Amino acid sequence: MAALVPSTFSGIADFMAIVVLLSEFAMLRAPLSRSQIKLYSFQSMVVTVLAIFIAADRHIDGLYAVAAISLILKVVVIPAIVLRLLRDAKVELVASNRIGVASMVLISILVSIFAMVVIDGLYVHSKSLPTAALGVAVAVVLVSFLLVIFRSDVVSQAVGFFSLENGVSVASLVVAAGLPLIVEVAFFFDLLVAVVVFGVLMRVHHGRTQSLSTDLLDQLKG
Amino acid sequence: MNFILEAILIIPLSAALVSWWVTPRIGKILSVLSGTSTFVLTLTLVDSKTPTALAGWLRADSLSVVFLIAVSFLYFTTSIFATGYVHKVGDRSVGAKYERRLFAGLNLFCWAMMAAPLVSSMALLWVAIEVTTVISALLVAIDNTEGATEASWKYVLIASMGLGIALFATILLYYVGSTVFGHNYDLFYPSLFGAAPRFPHQITELAFVLAVLGYGTKVGLVPVHTWLPDAHSEAPTPVSALLSGALLAISFYAILRYFQVTVLTLGPRFPRDILLAFGLASLLLAALYLAAQRDLKRLLAYSSIEHMGILAIGMSFAAPIAIVGVLLHVLAHAAAKGTAFFGAGSIVKKFGTKDMTRIRGVVRVLPFSGPMMVLAILALSAMPPFGVFRSEFLIIYGGLSSPSSAVVSVLVLLVTIAFFGLSYFATRTMLTPALQGMVSKETSWWIVTAMAMGVFALLILGLHPPSQLSDLLSRAASELVVRP
Repeated sequence: MAALVPSTFSGIADFMAIVVLLSEFAMLRAPLSRSQIKLYSFQSMVVTVLAIFIAADRHIDGLYAVAAISLILKVVVIPAIVLRLLRDAKVELVASNRIGVASMVLISILVSIFAMVVIDGLYVHSKSLPTAALGVAVAVVLVSFLLVIFRSDVVSQAVGFFSLENGVSVASLVVAAGLPLIVEVAFFFDLLVAVVVFGVLMRVHHGRTQSLSTDLLDQLKG
Repeated sequence: MNFILEAILIIPLSAALVSWWVTPRIGKILSVLSGTSTFVLTLTLVDSKTPTALAGWLRADSLSVVFLIAVSFLYFTTSIFATGYVHKVGDRSVGAKYERRLFAGLNLFCWAMMAAPLVSSMALLWVAIEVTTVISALLVAIDNTEGATEASWKYVLIASMGLGIALFATILLYYVGSTVFGHNYDLFYPSLFGAAPRFPHQITELAFVLAVLGYGTKVGLVPVHTWLPDAHSEAPTPVSALLSGALLAISFYAILRYFQVTVLTLGPRFPRDILLAFGLASLLLAALYLAAQRDLKRLLAYSSIEHMGILAIGMSFAAPIAIVGVLLHVLAHAAAKGTAFFGAGSIVKKFGTKDMTRIRGVVRVLPFSGPMMVLAILALSAMPPFGVFRSEFLIIYGGLSSPSSAVVSVLVLLVTIAFFGLSYFATRTMLTPALQGMVSKETSWWIVTAMAMGVFALLILGLHPPSQLSDLLSRAASELVVRP
C-alpha cells in the first residue's frame, strides 16, 4: 500500500513526528526545569499542528476540536500550572542526572531505533499517516520512560508522563484519527486531573523537603 | 431497565459531593447509606439480562455484575469500617477537615470503581480506570506523612505511566477495529466482539500484551507491581482495603475485556500464555516476600499480589470451571482482604504500630476483631470453609483437567509457601500472650460490625453460594470464553 516515493503529505507528517521525538531528546538533557517545561509546550504545539494538518488533509472535522483543546490545555494551561509551581518553589537548577548526558542520549538513540524496527515489522497500514510516524511515536513513548528513569526530580518525572501522553497522541493521530470526539475530550479531561494531582504532590513534597529531588523518596522498601 | 444503572452511579457521586460540604457526622451517615443502597441495587442486577442505559453507554453483562458486586460489597463494608476508623486514631481525634476529605474521597473513589465495569466501551473503561488512579493517589497521600507522600508519588507516577501504555493498547485496538468498521466508530463491547474474528492478528497480539502490561501495573502483576506495597501500607486503612479488594480487581476486569477480544481473534492459546507468565512471576515473588515481612499492612499487600497472580494463572487454564473459580476468587478475595485490612486497622489503632515484632497477643487484647482477623488470615491462606478455599479449589480442579497440569503443581507449591508466611505471622502476633499493660477492649464496634459482615460473606461463599450467584458466575464464565 505504501508508495515507493513518499507523498508530500507523508513527508511533512513524518517530519513533524520526528520534531516531536527530537524535543523529547532535548527534554532528556535540559538542565533547567523551566526549559524542560517550555520544551514540553513546544512539543505539544507540534502535536497540535500535526492534528490540524491531518484534519485538513483528511477532512476529519472532529480533529479541529481536538486540536483546539490540545492547544489550550497542553500548550498553555499545563505548562502555566507547572511553571507557577516552580516559581513558588524558587528552585532553579536541579542536578538530577543519574548518568551522563552522552550516555543518556546514546541509550535513547538505541531505544528509538529499536522502536522503529519493531513497528516497521508490524506492517501497519494507516489511512491517515505513513507507518514511519507510528514508529517515531513509539520511540517518543520509550524515551519518555527513559526521562522518568534517568532524571531524579519531580518536574522531570511529571514532564516525562505528560510527554508520554504526547507520544500516544501522535500514535493516535497516526492510526486512530477518527477516534470519537467524546473519547478524546475524556482523555484530555483526565490529563488535566492528573496534572492537578501531580501539582498537589509536587507542592507537598517541596513543602516537606524544600527540594524537588526524588532522591529523598527512598524510605519504603521490601 | 428502570434506572438502576444510573442510580448506581448517581448515588455515590452525590454522596461524595454532599459529604464534602456537610459536617463529618452527616458525611459518615451519608456514606453508609450510599454504600448500603449501592450494594442492594447491585444485588438486584444478579438475575437481570444485560441491562443497558444512556443510549448504550452503560451496560451490565454478567461479567460486569460480578465485579460490581465485589466493589459494592467493599464500598458497603468500608463505609461502615471507616466510620469507626476515624472515630479516634490512636488517642488524638482527627480533624473535621480530614474526615470530610476522607469520606468525600472514599465515595468518589468507589464511584469511579463502579463506573469502570458499567461503561460499555474500551475507551471509557480506560478513562474510568485513570480516574480511579488520580482519586486514590490523593487518598494515599491524605495522611500527609513522609511515607504517604513518597508512596503516593510512586503510585501516581508508575500507575500513570502504566496507564499510558494501556492507552496505547486502546488506540491499537481502535485501529484493528477500524480495519473492519472503517473510521468513526465507538469501541462498544458487543460490536467489538462481533467483529473480533476478522481483526488482523499481529496488532491484536501487540494490543493485548500492552493492555496486560499497562492495566497489569494497576493489578500489581510482577514486574510492574512496585508501587503496590508502598501505597497499601501508607494509605489510611479504609483506602488500603478498597485498593486491595476492589481496585486491583477492577484493573483485572480491564484485562479480561481485552482477553475476550483476543480470544475471539487469535484463539485462547496466546492470551493464556501471556497471563500464565505474569501470574507465575507474581505468585513466586509474592510468596517469597510474604515470608520476610515485618510490616502488617505490607504483608497483606504482598498477599494481594499473590492472589492477583492466582487470578492470572486461573485464566490460563482451559477448563470453564477454572474460569468460574477465577470469578468466585474475585469476590472471595474482596471479602477476605477487606476483612483482613479492617482487622489490621483495628490492630494498628490498638497498638499504634504496623511493626509486627511489636504486636503481641491480638486475640486476647481485641476479643472480637482479633479472632475474626485470625479467620480472615486463614481465609486468605485458602483454608476451608471459606470462599477462597472453594475458588482456589475450582481453579486447581480446572487446571488438573487441562493439558498443562505441571503448572498446577507449581501453583500448589507456591500457595503453600505463601501459607507458611501468613500463618507464621498469625501465630506470632495473634496467639501469643498479651503484652503487659494492654487492656482487653475493642477499638470500635463499627469495625467489629464491618469485619463480621466480611466473615459472614466468606462463609456464604465457601459453604453454600446462593444458586443465583452460581448461575451468574457460570454465565459470566461462558461470556469470557464463548462468542456472545
